Amino acid sequence: MALSEAARLRAEIGRREQELGALQGQLAAVLAREAAEELAAGPALPPLEARASLSPAEILRYSRQLVLPELGVRGQLRLSRCAVLVVGCGGLGCPLAQYLAAAGIGRLGLVDHDVVEMSNLHRQVLHGEAREGLPKALSAAATLRQLNSRVQYVPYHLALSPGTALELVRQYDVVADCSDNVPTRYLVSDACVLAGKPLVSASALRLEGQLVVYNYRGGPCYRCLFPKPPLPETVTNCADGGVLGVVPGIMGCIQALEVLKIASGIGSAFNQFMLMFDALEGRFRNIRLRPKKPDCAICGDKPTLTSLQDYEAFCGSSATDKCRTLCLLPSEQRISVEEYKKLLDEQVPHILVDVRPQVEVDICYLVHSVHIPLSKLEGKNEECLKFLEKRICEEKQRTNGKMTFPVYVICKLGNDSQKAVRVLQELSDKELGLILAKDIRGGLMAWASKIDPSFPQY
Amino acid sequence: MAAPMSLLVEFGGGAELLFDGVKKHQVTLPCQPEPWDIRNLLKWIKQNLLKERPELFIQGDTVRPGILVLINDADWELMGELDYKLQDQDNVVFISTLHGG
Repeated sequence: MALSEAARLRAEIGRREQELGALQGQLAAVLAREAAEELAAGPALPPLEARASLSPAEILRYSRQLVLPELGVRGQLRLSRCAVLVVGCGGLGCPLAQYLAAAGIGRLGLVDHDVVEMSNLHRQVLHGEAREGLPKALSAAATLRQLNSRVQYVPYHLALSPGTALELVRQYDVVADCSDNVPTRYLVSDACVLAGKPLVSASALRLEGQLVVYNYRGGPCYRCLFPKPPLPETVTNCADGGVLGVVPGIMGCIQALEVLKIASGIGSAFNQFMLMFDALEGRFRNIRLRPKKPDCAICGDKPTLTSLQDYEAFCGSSATDKCRTLCLLPSEQRISVEEYKKLLDEQVPHILVDVRPQVEVDICYLVHSVHIPLSKLEGKNEECLKFLEKRICEEKQRTNGKMTFPVYVICKLGNDSQKAVRVLQELSDKELGLILAKDIRGGLMAWASKIDPSFPQY
Repeated sequence: MAAPMSLLVEFGGGAELLFDGVKKHQVTLPCQPEPWDIRNLLKWIKQNLLKERPELFIQGDTVRPGILVLINDADWELMGELDYKLQDQDNVVFISTLHGG
């Protein structure tokens, strides 16, 4: 009895400690956001002082790059006077900020609205396990301070917005776009054009990366290249598409290189060029780009945009890389994970179709599910449809066979499952016999968070 | 009469997912009365290579916003865009721009 009492108390203490940790994380986030908003809205940062010489400690520290004739003392002094704004402290921003800090840049502004999550750590190498739940901007600054305490770090725990972006960009000399979404990319580019700052922009997804230096020496801005935003459904984020951590790592390092070349006066080689990296082929490709467009809405000869706009409205998507939530089906064609659990417990005859790609089914699945990827359903793949029909027939025989047979569809988050229900409805009667297809709201991730905590989340 | 023409057509940045995940396509365009330009090539790709959801690749007679076209490693805007007259052995790349980080 005494032992179980002790175990109960230990468990209780553990639970409260966890709660306390979470509250402390929330408090840190709130304080950081308040401080950042004050900083962004408040008086400009004092300019970095121009210096005539390096100290003996600096000479020792930077000696291996000081002996490069391309950089030299002059270049190093320029670095120490340069302020760089890093937009996004994720897979690109982490390696970028690390090399800029190591090289002795004067000031680093670190913008990120997000907090550290476990699924970030494979690529966002400035954050560690102990930083889970902490604002990324603060976490990055803390790690960088240990690397080089001479650099000034200004963490901004906020989402760059049309209200704050221009004031912020004006306080810096070079901007690095390490963000993860389309509205922010337009916002940063427009702010750089209006403030007259060079923008070193990189992006990465899956096994590919791209890099362009915008608004630099007569070259194009982001809008010159992409006057119209892509449709939201054509944009893939890292959570959906996946990304191998080292790929943004490589792109962030090249981005740091170009920032250092601009900041030190060497100059970037990427003016009017795009660098494309294919990690699978191990190939870099240099693409010659158009010059600045005379009819560009923001940097052209007669700009129609003279201030920042509403970029979420312009792009039709939110300024985060969080997964979208589609709503394609009426509510009577959807059920919740709780309702599905009840139906399982009551052993109601049905078929559960998992429509995720094979690679995600390899991660985790519900054992009683039938796997048919959405792409095969949409393509009306004969083999798959026959297989599904066979399974439905088998299950139907266990009932009296007369009813409209229920088919439930599940995916990761409840978007693809809705598309699959639409396809199945078309196929009902003719190809699959009479079925009633519904999707499970929130998908397997809702199942993991609400029904079965031992089910993996990814 | 335009002679048959051999091209290397490539897709990248995720655009290859609309083409069964295949990035490189060595294609031969048939003879036709008109000379081959990018406008015709897009129609040909839609009919012969595109596996799914054409609206994610083509809108009207051009590529959808967010896809950059490269002709022999140059931005197509430098080459005349849709009107560029294709040459035998040209390399045409369709690259979807990435936004992740």
